[in-house]
Amino acid sequence: MARGGRVVVDRVSASIAGGGITAVVGPNGAGKSSLLAAVAGVLPHGGTVTLSGHPVAPDEIGYLPQAAAVRASLTVLEVVLLGRLERLGWRLGREDLALAVEALEVLDLTHLAETRIDSLSGGQQQLVLLAQRLVRRPRLLLLDEPTSALDLSRQLLVLERLQDHARATGTVVVIAIHDLSLAARYAGLLVLLKQGALTGIGTPAEVLTVSAIRRGYAVEAEVLRTRLGHPVIAPLRNAGIPPVD
Amino acid sequence: MTTAGARLDRVYRRGERRRLALVGAATLTLAAVALVDLATGPSALGPAALLSALGAGPAGPDRLAATILWQLRLPTTLMGVLVGASLGIAGLQMQTILANPLASPFTLGFSAAAGFGAALAITFGGALPVAGWLLAPASAFAMTLIACGLVYLVARLRGASPEILVLGGIAVLFLFQALQSMLQYLASPEVLQQIVFWLFGSLLKATWTSVAVLAGILALVVPILARDAWRLTALRLGDANARSLGVAVERLRRRTFVAVALLTAGAVAFVGTIGFIGLVAPHAARALAGEDQRTLMPLAALIGAIVLVGASVVAKTLSPGAAVPVGIVTAVVGVPILFALVFRRGAGGWG
Repeated sequence: MARGGRVVVDRVSASIAGGGITAVVGPNGAGKSSLLAAVAGVLPHGGTVTLSGHPVAPDEIGYLPQAAAVRASLTVLEVVLLGRLERLGWRLGREDLALAVEALEVLDLTHLAETRIDSLSGGQQQLVLLAQRLVRRPRLLLLDEPTSALDLSRQLLVLERLQDHARATGTVVVIAIHDLSLAARYAGLLVLLKQGALTGIGTPAEVLTVSAIRRGYAVEAEVLRTRLGHPVIAPLRNAGIPPVD
Repeated sequence: MTTAGARLDRVYRRGERRRLALVGAATLTLAAVALVDLATGPSALGPAALLSALGAGPAGPDRLAATILWQLRLPTTLMGVLVGASLGIAGLQMQTILANPLASPFTLGFSAAAGFGAALAITFGGALPVAGWLLAPASAFAMTLIACGLVYLVARLRGASPEILVLGGIAVLFLFQALQSMLQYLASPEVLQQIVFWLFGSLLKATWTSVAVLAGILALVVPILARDAWRLTALRLGDANARSLGVAVERLRRRTFVAVALLTAGAVAFVGTIGFIGLVAPHAARALAGEDQRTLMPLAALIGAIVLVGASVVAKTLSPGAAVPVGIVTAVVGVPILFALVFRRGAGGWG
């Protein structure tokens, strides 16, 4: 896949099961965002994306790009409704509203429904836009750093709700994320990218080894375990900045 | 649905009804202002005579009243309604596709192109076997579409981002302004006077032909924009978001750009440059009804029409004999409205 005439992600291939969260990790410029955008069909690419054996259709995808401030004087409910864009008629159906309300409830946003989105903080906007994707009832959910602007409590809320949602519906949830410990806590499958190439894939415990972190991020770190058995990355020192391309 | 859900459903429906009521109220206001406009003019035509002449049709028994109403006032008033609505919609969609609150129908050089087209026809049209009243509008219309084509070509080659459109448009603006200045510089005093008069927007140039042409353009363009209503609303969330919701952002932007060009060309070609409505009407509509295009677009059109026809009434009342060009009055009337909006709400969605 090329971007601006430069190949940024090359021959990355993975088979992902539904019902859990898959985290794409890697240093800045590794190609996480490009990979997600390509799978979402927003970036042109030469690869294939299949979902249970058939090529994925655009309306099966819920893709959330990296957060950018929204400056429209639309209410939160109106924004979430727009998630069903392709199906909205001149007159709104009962189902459209019901689905939007449900998505707001999943992310604890009901109290903000009538608030204008341009008056919300970056983190709240991020949650609203996530609800907008849920309303599409996607079978493939691609989220580019969905927790980047959230406080700790909401980071956990979002990842827990996504995990529940994936389990309950069999949705394939793929997130790009920087926080390795958070990724290790919630992801069933971890994909490590470096310079557009796949350098590790497996369970968090398999991928997040001391040597993989040294190779991927040029960081000396210890890998600890939580009580629940998830790996936690405790950084010790930077061993030189890896090339940003 | 939960109780909170049922409550939200009710609240949303109430909001929808409120916005629908706003559109209804604006329609009634427009009808009232249009009637006042019809009743205003140099020759006194009382409300009773007005209504009977309106009911009797163009071949009514009172020949004088019929002529005044059907030949002079009705085309002018209807043109005011259509031009105001066109500029309101064009301004709204220009602001939408350029993601810029300062955009208006004239941002991308459309008025400069129309002005050059008219000036060209006035300067050299005498040599052609075509009636002057038709040649200037036709030339202005054609030149506006040429300007649109130039910007469209740039957007086609370099991608239809707001930045590319604005840069291409500003280049076109300066080109046509320079060309028009050159014609004015070279023109004889009589021709120069005619050019300047054309550039002042005035509804008195309206005829039934211009009413029909502009109505035709609106009938062609509005359904296309209406079909895109949800997509245009989604575009306000930013390109990346809109694209991820399945909107073909570049195609939508190019399509809407052509619609805006047609509306602007139709509005400007016959009556000259009437500024400000395309800027103030969308902001007023947005402050009143939010950004749901299903109500925002009709409301922007109605407010544009109300402001222009209202300005026409003011213009006729100020100087019963001489008729101040309405283009001047709209700016004078529009500025306080815009200021009021900015102070109240912080310019709609951009505050």
